[in-house]
Amino acid sequence: MILTPYFYLQAIKLALSQIWANRRRSVLTSLGIIVGVASTTAVIAALTGLKANVLKEFESFGANRIFVFPDRPDNAPRNKYPREKIRIKPWEVKELQESCPSLRAITPVTEIGLTVASEERELDGISIVGIWPDWHEAENRRVIDGRVFNQIDERDQRQVCLLNQAAIDALRLPEEGVGSHILLGGRRFLVVGIVETVQARMFGMDGSTGEVFVPFSTALKLQPPEFFLRVVALARSAEVSEEARAEIQRTMRRIRGIQPGDPDTFQVEVIDRYIEQFKTMATGITAVAGGIVGISLLVGGIGIMNIMLVSVSERTREIGLRKAVGATPSAIMMQFLLEAVVLCLFGGLIGVLGGKVAAIGLTFIPGAPLKHADVPLWAVGVSFAFSAIVGVAFGFFPALKASRLDPIEALRHE
Amino acid sequence: MIRIEGLRKVYRVGEEKIHALRGVNLHIGDNEMVAVMGASGSGKSTLMNIIGCLDRPSDGTYFLDGQAVAKMSPNELALVRNEKIGFVFQSFELLARQTALENVELPLIYSREAGLTAAERTRRALEALERVHLTDRVTHRPNQLSGGQRQRVAIARAILNKPSILMADEPTGNLDSVTSHEIMEIFKGLHRDGQTVLVVTHENDIAAYCQRVVRLRDGHVLSDLSIAEDMAGRKAG
Ligand SMILES: Nc1ncnc2c1ncn2[C@@H]1O[C@H](COP(=O)(O)OP(=O)(O)OP(=O)(O)O)[C@@H](O)[C@H]1O
Ligand SMILES: [Mg+2]
Repeated sequence: MILTPYFYLQAIKLALSQIWANRRRSVLTSLGIIVGVASTTAVIAALTGLKANVLKEFESFGANRIFVFPDRPDNAPRNKYPREKIRIKPWEVKELQESCPSLRAITPVTEIGLTVASEERELDGISIVGIWPDWHEAENRRVIDGRVFNQIDERDQRQVCLLNQAAIDALRLPEEGVGSHILLGGRRFLVVGIVETVQARMFGMDGSTGEVFVPFSTALKLQPPEFFLRVVALARSAEVSEEARAEIQRTMRRIRGIQPGDPDTFQVEVIDRYIEQFKTMATGITAVAGGIVGISLLVGGIGIMNIMLVSVSERTREIGLRKAVGATPSAIMMQFLLEAVVLCLFGGLIGVLGGKVAAIGLTFIPGAPLKHADVPLWAVGVSFAFSAIVGVAFGFFPALKASRLDPIEALRHE
Repeated sequence: MIRIEGLRKVYRVGEEKIHALRGVNLHIGDNEMVAVMGASGSGKSTLMNIIGCLDRPSDGTYFLDGQAVAKMSPNELALVRNEKIGFVFQSFELLARQTALENVELPLIYSREAGLTAAERTRRALEALERVHLTDRVTHRPNQLSGGQRQRVAIARAILNKPSILMADEPTGNLDSVTSHEIMEIFKGLHRDGQTVLVVTHENDIAAYCQRVVRLRDGHVLSDLSIAEDMAGRKAG
């Protein structure tokens, strides 16, 4: 039995007129679906906003940046992996530079704690960082005045340094800063350049902390022999950052002679990974929200089933008549299924609108990282799809009941 | 057209078996107008429902236009009801929220004819309404119509698909006598235009519009006579 397009048109018209005729009952019935869809849409909107915020922060921090740290394998005995064995040595960084084609820039970074002094002031707690010139590219922080370190600075361990604006202010250096001298641990250093202030306000860093940079080789000279060293590198692009990570890992294992099966004695972190982790977490939350929705849709669905059963029994005579003029069981079935689906979609529509309103509300919460909260299109699609599925699933039994009614008995129904 | 042989219908109520029809034989030819009469409980409605393909016999054969109806599936029966049967009920059975025109168009929703345009559907419904003399009430809803007008809408709906047989189970049962005669005039007019008509009634003056009277008693055909013979028999009996 083929149902004609005219049948579908009439069935949908009838469904809409039924909902309209019983509008209060329809709204109350679809409340479960409305609340379920509205709350998920709102949660998804909040997550979307949060994600947009976090991704933006990560991006400003540099998604293709890679860090290498010394790392003692978990639960490994201290004597098997002594500090000396796991700490990163300068020659290892040189080796990485040679062997990792996916890297655009790589620099060792070491921090030393020495007093920093000018003629005016003497300061403690300013970090002195030893770097290669590649650092500017790896950290995306340029020299805005003066020059970067050059080969000779590095080779001759020259006593030159770069400052940021905060350090210049703290040391009360003359306006331009470049050309002044400062004392690091009592040694005279020439200020050759000014490094731009850090942009990313993440991980506790901001532009108000004073920073002093010296050539890496110079830092080694100032350093006690047991020093801590990490590596900052930049992949050629975010796309190859995972490849670059693998190259670093392979090279490090090779030069450290780590046997297959033995754990790494270092750790390679790609910012990308944090993004992935965040995305995983967001997906997890979405799944939990989905579960909650599942339950509320179940409750909503039972409401729909109930009202459809009421509708079938209220309209028993009508069903009998429709059968008498030629409606097949499948036509009756389809009509009641459509009615349940339309009712659910109507609930879904109100729910999505409610979620949208909630999302707009979220963006006005002061201080919350939800400025970008919005209902994504896929969530609207999923909401409607789920509503329709609930309609079919819970409308099925009442529709089956209607389709199986005996025409004579139905027409005799009071 | 209609060929019924040895038709039986047994209802089971708990342990008890009710024999509503006990072997009915009936032939109705093209363009006949037949009245079915009999005491209450004699099986008139049961017979009508089976002829109208709303119900199935327990036993016996029923051919409608040469088709063995008793062996049909529910979907095939629905199709027969849609295309070959026009059924008029005692209590009209109109959809309260729809206009007269929409009520008349109802069978088209379930029609096999997929290609009909809205204009054609309306034209056919109006044509049917014209045949029952009700073109001035097409946008009225049932509660804005009199009983006679409602029954005329129901007749228009029944003849919309040009059925092989137009059946009516006590169509005047809910109407006063003047309106009853108006309704019977409409049936008579349709019959004159070639329609086969089968009417259940309790009243002799309603049966008088027909050419032939079939009387049932206790699930049997008691008599099957022309209207003249039936009237003569009544006077004699
Ligand atoms: N669904 C049913 N279940 C059980 N018995 C039934 C059913 N339908 C009809 N009957 C019985 O079958 C017999 C015939 O009923 P039917 O309705 O055909 O009578 P009728 O001639 O139309 O009577 P009336 O003139 O009162 O309408 C009656 O005894 C009735 O009680
Ligand atoms: Mg009856």
